[in-house]
Amino acid sequence: MIKFLNVSKTYPNGVEALKNINLEINEGEFVAIIGLSGAGKSTLLRLINKLIDSTGGEVFFDGESVTKAKGKDLINIRRQIGMIFQGFNIVKRMSVLSNVLSGRVAYHPTWKTILGIFPEEDKQIAYRALQRVDILEKVHNRASDLSGGQQQRVAIARALAQEPKLMLADEPVASLDPITTVQVMDYLKKINEEDGITTVANLHHVDLAWNYSTRIVGVREGKVVYDEQRKDLKKSKFFADLEMVYGRPITHDEILGDE
Amino acid sequence: MMDKITVPKPRRFRRNFVILTVAFLILGSAWFAGFNIFEVMGNLYKGSRLLGRMFLPPDFSYIPRIISPMLETIQMALVGTFVGAIIALPTAVLAANNFIKTKWLHVPLRLILNIFRTIPAMVLASLFVAVFGLGAFSGVMALAIFTFGLISKLTFESIEAIDYGQVEALMSLGANKMNVLRYAIMPQILPQYTSYTIYGFEVNIRAAAVLGWVGAGGIGQTLEYNLAWRNFDKVGMIIIFSFAIVLVIDLVSSAIRKRLV
Ligand SMILES: Nc1ncnc2c1ncn2[C@@H]1O[C@H](COP(=O)(O)OP(=O)(O)OP(=O)(O)O)[C@@H](O)[C@H]1O
Ligand SMILES: [Mg+2]
Repeated sequence: MIKFLNVSKTYPNGVEALKNINLEINEGEFVAIIGLSGAGKSTLLRLINKLIDSTGGEVFFDGESVTKAKGKDLINIRRQIGMIFQGFNIVKRMSVLSNVLSGRVAYHPTWKTILGIFPEEDKQIAYRALQRVDILEKVHNRASDLSGGQQQRVAIARALAQEPKLMLADEPVASLDPITTVQVMDYLKKINEEDGITTVANLHHVDLAWNYSTRIVGVREGKVVYDEQRKDLKKSKFFADLEMVYGRPITHDEILGDE
Repeated sequence: MMDKITVPKPRRFRRNFVILTVAFLILGSAWFAGFNIFEVMGNLYKGSRLLGRMFLPPDFSYIPRIISPMLETIQMALVGTFVGAIIALPTAVLAANNFIKTKWLHVPLRLILNIFRTIPAMVLASLFVAVFGLGAFSGVMALAIFTFGLISKLTFESIEAIDYGQVEALMSLGANKMNVLRYAIMPQILPQYTSYTIYGFEVNIRAAAVLGWVGAGGIGQTLEYNLAWRNFDKVGMIIIFSFAIVLVIDLVSSAIRKRLV
């Protein structure tokens, strides 16, 4: 479903964030990407929907080149890819419903979406998405009135409203407390399993990667240094392997604990 | 036993330098402008007599006659603010460097905005009176242009300070530029923009009150007429009346603005 072919990314300031990445992600997988801060995880994720441009190689989504896509083609790719962020990035001054409906804008003519006109079936899609993450009762609230965990669920609902094939999550729980973290991860897992939405998540906590993913990819200094199917791993071996990814033993704050 | 921590003393040099420079500039310009405290004292007597003729008492019977020019002033401010603010919104979007990233557009645009904003409304009004003739239209034009410069500048700065994460989120789900504007930028800046517009109205009411001086309509024109005829009790009434109106508008609008942002 996603294919990286010799992809590199050098930022204008000269930082080589990714070096010659080759990676293939298949339909239905839940891929956890782990690595030190600055390893290039966000860069990797953002190349998949072209939030940033690569400086070498090519990224494919469903056989189509993302790297070469422009205009309508790019929009057509992006609307199939949901993305959630560490900072939630929902529009705080809009209602929950407007936020979720905004996930549908790429399916309609611009003049309609600008006027805020969405067909009834889109509203149904939005309600169902909110129900999926158990937050339908907040549908008419202002987004800014919600707690962090609730905002992230709205963000997931907005992504679901896109009816995406792929879900990207850049540290989706890094701003949440441990209990909310588990909730949000559970929703992502449920969506992955029940709707078959392929998921790629950057995770700071290695035990979240262990608990939720079907595959763990380790990035270090812009290279993929680790790539294992979760089912082939033993926990003790996995934790020992992590030294390859981190270049040092795991520290306390990279493990969430067992709650 | 813990070591005693010593940190270097804060350096006061910069602060002292700034204070000295400012003091020097103020005194220097007072001297340059010929400001003389003795002369002020000497004129105090003359001034107090004039004040007496204006306000002890003001000509209350004149009130009905100044309502209509006052209304004209308010109208000028309203229309000028409205026109300026409407044009300012799209201009601010084009001038902000995070929405459109081509420099050739927003650099010259900002230059123009800065020029409009720095020319006093009085100067603009004299210019328009020369072009369009005496009357409120010239005043409205002057206010509109000044407001346009002011609100565009404040608004594009707000646009540049928005949470860009929301923009990225919209881009990531396939929104085009117009949708990004509608769903990520506008919700973030609309309260500020409204507040700037109301502020513009506050400023414009004051500006409109004196624009009549150059023949651009409103209460200022009445004021100038009465000064020329040395009707000081009427002048006093106009000043009190304008002051009251400006005060009320300021109070109301700042109350609204507080609720907005
Ligand atoms: N916009 C940018 N401009 C310049 N350099 C950047 C930019 N974004 C990231 N970098 C650099 O690229 C490298 C990889 O960054 P990236 O954000 O992909 O890391 P990450 O693995 O997501 O880290 P974190 O865990 O801190 O989010 C870092 O050295 C970072 O400083
Ligand atoms: Mg990151």
